[in-house]
Amino acid sequence: MRSLQDLLAEHPFFAGLDESTVSMLVGCSVNVHYRAGEYLFHEGEPADRLFVVRRGRVALDVHAPGQPEMVVDTVDEGGVVGWSWLVPPYRWFFDARAVQEVSAVAVDATCLRAKCDEDPALGYALMQRVAGVMYHRLQSARVRLLDLYGAGRAG
Amino acid sequence: MLPRPFRVVATRRETHDTMTLELESLDGEGLSFAPGQFTMLQAFGVGEVPISISGDPAGPGRLVHTIRDVGGVTRALCRAREGDVLGVRGPYGRGWGVSDGAGGDVLVIAGGIGLAPLRAAVLEVAASRDRFGRVHVLHGARTEADVLFGDELVGWAAGSDIEVAIIVDRAATSWTGRVGLVTELLGGASFDAERTLALVCGPEVMMRFVAAGLVARGVPPDRVRLSLERNMRCGVGLCGHCQLREYLLCVDGPVLSLDAVRQQLGVREL
Amino acid sequence: MTTAEPADVEPAVTLDLDGLQELVDLLAGQGYTVLGPTVRQGAVVPGRVVSLDDLPRGWGDTQEPGSYRLRRRDDEALFGYAADAISWKSVLFPSRELVWAGTRTPDGGFSIHSEEGSGGLGDPPYAVLGIRACDLHAVAIHDRVLRERAHPDVHYEARRKDAFLVTVSCSDPSGTCFCVSMGTGPRADAGYDLALTELLGDQHTFLARAGTERGAELLAQLGPRPAEVGEVRAADEVVERSTQRMGRTMDTTDIRTLLYDNAEHPRWDDVASRCLSCGNCTMVCPTCFCTSTEDHTSLSGEGTEHWRIWDSCFTSDFSYLHGGSVRSSTRSRYRQWMTHKLASWIDQFGTSGCVGCGRCLTWCPVGIDITEEVAAIRADPQPPPGPGEGG
Repeated sequence: MRSLQDLLAEHPFFAGLDESTVSMLVGCSVNVHYRAGEYLFHEGEPADRLFVVRRGRVALDVHAPGQPEMVVDTVDEGGVVGWSWLVPPYRWFFDARAVQEVSAVAVDATCLRAKCDEDPALGYALMQRVAGVMYHRLQSARVRLLDLYGAGRAG
Repeated sequence: MLPRPFRVVATRRETHDTMTLELESLDGEGLSFAPGQFTMLQAFGVGEVPISISGDPAGPGRLVHTIRDVGGVTRALCRAREGDVLGVRGPYGRGWGVSDGAGGDVLVIAGGIGLAPLRAAVLEVAASRDRFGRVHVLHGARTEADVLFGDELVGWAAGSDIEVAIIVDRAATSWTGRVGLVTELLGGASFDAERTLALVCGPEVMMRFVAAGLVARGVPPDRVRLSLERNMRCGVGLCGHCQLREYLLCVDGPVLSLDAVRQQLGVREL
Repeated sequence: MTTAEPADVEPAVTLDLDGLQELVDLLAGQGYTVLGPTVRQGAVVPGRVVSLDDLPRGWGDTQEPGSYRLRRRDDEALFGYAADAISWKSVLFPSRELVWAGTRTPDGGFSIHSEEGSGGLGDPPYAVLGIRACDLHAVAIHDRVLRERAHPDVHYEARRKDAFLVTVSCSDPSGTCFCVSMGTGPRADAGYDLALTELLGDQHTFLARAGTERGAELLAQLGPRPAEVGEVRAADEVVERSTQRMGRTMDTTDIRTLLYDNAEHPRWDDVASRCLSCGNCTMVCPTCFCTSTEDHTSLSGEGTEHWRIWDSCFTSDFSYLHGGSVRSSTRSRYRQWMTHKLASWIDQFGTSGCVGCGRCLTWCPVGIDITEEVAAIRADPQPPPGPGEGG
């Protein structure tokens, strides 16, 4: 059974952080597991954790009355789920569901925000990583907004 | 330049708006082609459109076309039934040049109906699999219902030592696959960029972004091949419609390498 | 090419008016549909020529951007105009051509046969009396575009292959002419069966040279007298005067790179604010070749005709592609036409697509001048910053 230190250190999201920084984060972290179909969180609930996905696939769902529930994004191993803990009012924006069995490390948001306040260097390093992932997610979402494969479009 | 009559011997519905037609020539001559080429397919009395050949290049006796219903002529073609006779001119155009990928890795990246001309390329690779290194097929579609040749993709993964990854723009919750943009599949594919031949087909915007992703990974621009599309009326370089600046896509293309068209693709409304 | 005579030419002979009529009669006798410039509805246009009276005797033209007028000359010149209002493209490459016709067969199939179309002015072979050097170059360009291809246009081939071409040097260029800039005139140096220069001295004669064997044979049948030195010099002077009187000039230095690099130049917005996207320029241009196809089905659905028709890159759906046009703005369409004509054509076919005939200036309703547009971009090039990274 690997230590949280090892699990976090080898995860792409934390690549480049030194050992002491990672062990600071370990203090905020706990291993979590979800069975296929279980929800990590629901829209509107307090957003209190960052999920570092180690194994499996997480789907972000949106439900609307009269329409089938839609998956708008998936996150696989190596990715991270959950940003609403960063921005007030700290409430989850979508549902997050385990598509398959998911193993993740959940990093407590309050703990994380406190550590960032104490140590701006850590805060900056985390924000760089957050910004990088959000950049790619935003690009992906924007291009999909074009509905390039839609009816009446090439492709 | 006169259309040859071909009889529809089989039809298959692929998705809600896409049909595959299998055709045999009335004169028994068949049609040899290179993957990436197209024919001008004629619905008698309706009109003629360029359609990529999606069939097996090793089987010239049966001409296979996968057609998406996007207008008058394609609608007529999608409604063709067994026994109907269509007109065929071709094959025309410059194909993928699959054999240029021998000795290295091959990336096949298809957006939507773009998988149709690439299917022929994958079949050519699979037929002499040991000439190539790692082979990836990355397919992006609008939703899970729009994934093309789903069973075949599974078959390639299972039986042809081809790594297949599928991603859709959005999906119903019954979908257990990935959701996102096809460029996101590049990250999970391992290949030796400098010795890779990348074949890309899909909406032009998608191809631009995929091309950028490939170059960022180190694939040389002259080893990234795109299948471009413009309005075509003749298919043989005479009508002038399919120009992309100096290129006549029916003759110089539709497959062109990224370094040849980079400047042109960057100009709006060219 | 323009004024200097090539060294290895056939010897010049002189024809008088009777000789010219005899030339027409001989050609007709050999089975050619003889065509030449005629005056119809206030313009010089291709028509049937039986006698010299059918030619625009005493007529000249005044052409400026957006303006065409015939004017009465004070002499009896038969070829005293500059460029025909309609080019010979309309004869060798008509605006509507039946490509094939088909009928359904009882077994659910259809049978197709190709059709030989017939032109409005008569059937090939054509003998053209009076084609200008610029238009002769346009024919040569069409030969390269429509014949010397992997899949040649068989209908153009059928009309073109036996065409007997008699070129007449330009003696009175118009305000829109710039053949000298494009290296295509005012005198032709190749591509003709016979070349004439009209001389209006004490006598009305034509200096004539053969450009092909059959041209020489025909000339020999007329039994003309060898041209005198003075006549040859007079012909050279006609050409030299025309060379000096071009209405326009175009600097074609590196024009391919110039237009490719300036695809986003603000001048395109400027010309787009004037251009009506009417497509006149493409209709009158002797080298424009874009076509589309139409299927005409009988009401019963049993028969279909597949027609080739002229098309223009200025139409809004020329570049239609699944739900929209690639070139939806006038700006992009004007840029496409001009860049193709002057730049991409060179990559595609090895020459410029423009022969300097000036028709696009004359027949543009708002008088857009392609030479002016090139000059404007050349005066203030604005290539994009850095290497193109469109991928």
